[in-house]
Amino acid sequence: MSRRAKLVWLAAALVALLFPLVAARPTWQNTAILMLMTAQMGVAWNILGGYAGQVSLGHAAFFGAGAYVSTLLSIKLGLSPWLGMVAGAGVSAGLSLLVGWPCFRLKGHYFAMATIAVGEIVQAVVNGWEFLGGAVGFYLPLQEKGFWGFVFNRSKLPYYYIALGLLAFSLLVNWAVARSRTGYYLRAIKDEPDAARSLGVSLTRYKQTAMVISSALAAMGGTLYAQKELFIDPGSTLSTSLSIKMALAAIMGGVGTLAGPVVGAVVLTAIEEASRVAFGGTGRGTDLVVYGGLIVVIAVFQPAGILGLFASRRGPARAAPAEAPAKEAA
Amino acid sequence: MTAQLLLQTLLSGILIGLVYALVAVGLTLIFGVMDIVNFAHGEFLMLGMYAAFWGFALWKLDPLFTLPLTALLLFALGAALYRLIIRRITDAPMLSQIFATFGLMILFRGLAQYLWKPDFRSVGESVVAGKVAFAGLQFGLPQVVAALGAVLTTAAVWWFLRSTRLGAALEATAADKEAAALMGIDAQKMFALAWGLGAACAGVAGALLSTYYPIFPEVGSTFILVAFVLVALGGFGSVAGAFWAGILVGVVEVVGGFLWDPAYKMVLVLSLYLLVVWLRPQGLLGKA
Repeated sequence: MSRRAKLVWLAAALVALLFPLVAARPTWQNTAILMLMTAQMGVAWNILGGYAGQVSLGHAAFFGAGAYVSTLLSIKLGLSPWLGMVAGAGVSAGLSLLVGWPCFRLKGHYFAMATIAVGEIVQAVVNGWEFLGGAVGFYLPLQEKGFWGFVFNRSKLPYYYIALGLLAFSLLVNWAVARSRTGYYLRAIKDEPDAARSLGVSLTRYKQTAMVISSALAAMGGTLYAQKELFIDPGSTLSTSLSIKMALAAIMGGVGTLAGPVVGAVVLTAIEEASRVAFGGTGRGTDLVVYGGLIVVIAVFQPAGILGLFASRRGPARAAPAEAPAKEAA
Repeated sequence: MTAQLLLQTLLSGILIGLVYALVAVGLTLIFGVMDIVNFAHGEFLMLGMYAAFWGFALWKLDPLFTLPLTALLLFALGAALYRLIIRRITDAPMLSQIFATFGLMILFRGLAQYLWKPDFRSVGESVVAGKVAFAGLQFGLPQVVAALGAVLTTAAVWWFLRSTRLGAALEATAADKEAAALMGIDAQKMFALAWGLGAACAGVAGALLSTYYPIFPEVGSTFILVAFVLVALGGFGSVAGAFWAGILVGVVEVVGGFLWDPAYKMVLVLSLYLLVVWLRPQGLLGKA
């Protein structure tokens, strides 16, 4: 990481740490929490979709697994959602092995289509399954429980800092993966799958590794969502539109980059909230028009995302910051 | 379960399956010619439904009478989208391709919500209201007419591809772009034609469905999933494959919904899809 990049990260971390102390209004804090949560989802998605180039449009299934596992453990067994978060990540990682097995036989578009099918299947099954709350979902009791109980009703601040911590953790995992041997192989799989295979890289194994990490992180985001909203149902935690949002944060900011999903999530959430405020409840659909139009424009004219705008000004664009030293290639 | 009931269910499945097939034929045409999955395909169907709806609501014209106009409108939309947007991402990374059409999907849904409200609507009394009965079996006339219309349209597309010079040029482009270009076929025109035809197929299916299916901005979401399944089962780019897969999936869906729980029929169809792409990635009817 360059000196400049380190400084930017440090500045961003400082701003994030101090923000809620400066901006005390609950609506602002809530928007900031949404940004952090969306960024975290985007980072999770990016490990599989951006670094390994496997576009999943069913990642809500993993997010939902985290939300449902921790909620069920908390309601039925009274377990702390923190334990639920770990369990959810485990279940989600297991689910990802199950999903990856058939889906990694497919490439490109076909993989993306198959993951939509997986996401829709999971949503339909939960919708019809009484034990999992069916279409109604679950409410968690709203009573202050402190850190271990993971429910705070006096202030939004704890959620803000937990979301920030989870994002920092996910970025750390992403950074560690990117500079590891696995990260190097993932980029090779994305850019030159045939060459990677001919050099003896097991494509499926490394794709699967990326998916396990990606889905476990997504599940942790799901648990945070459940504890913050204290309500989950298939529509809010398992829908394909949620899967799209995860991917969109990464794409808007810059696919396959560490900072991309964070930048994308901030912009995306700002647009969403702004159009909600501007058009209110009356103009339902206008937010979708803005949203959809923006996706088309970015996909067609700026495939490298917002970060790509800055990269191109400083000389040739780099698709992903190659943090792995070249000698690891040997 | 009596034999008659089974037959009734089976035929109902075929009726809806034929409409599914028409939607998938449009999708597979675009896919076959230019290797792009159109995630906004369900929205072409939705727009076809609204075209039929407004023709009826404003001018009391039956969806069946406005059908040719709907087809033309959607053809123009598909070709225009190609010229404006898709043309620019023909050689772009897959991610751009996926998200360009995904963005269009969201954009069209938003536009429909904004312009026509998110309510469920329906075409009042179409000329095809009523029932048909034969040999103790009973079907809704709209369903029968929609299936017939879908078969005729699919057959027309099939004939066009097989028996006209333009159709042959389209198929040639699908088979080998470079070779086709060397023969003097303008690939740009063929791509625009594929998008026009593909959109028109979905639009016609929408208009046919509008006589009995609720009309709302997200109506395309179910149909696009089924269309994906058909395209995969039938072999990517294969019109005939999509047709037979449509019948198969229609039957699986209706019979499955009847024997099991209608809420799970989509699970059944999508599981069938995953099973097939897992065992035969080239599709059930596709060549290796």
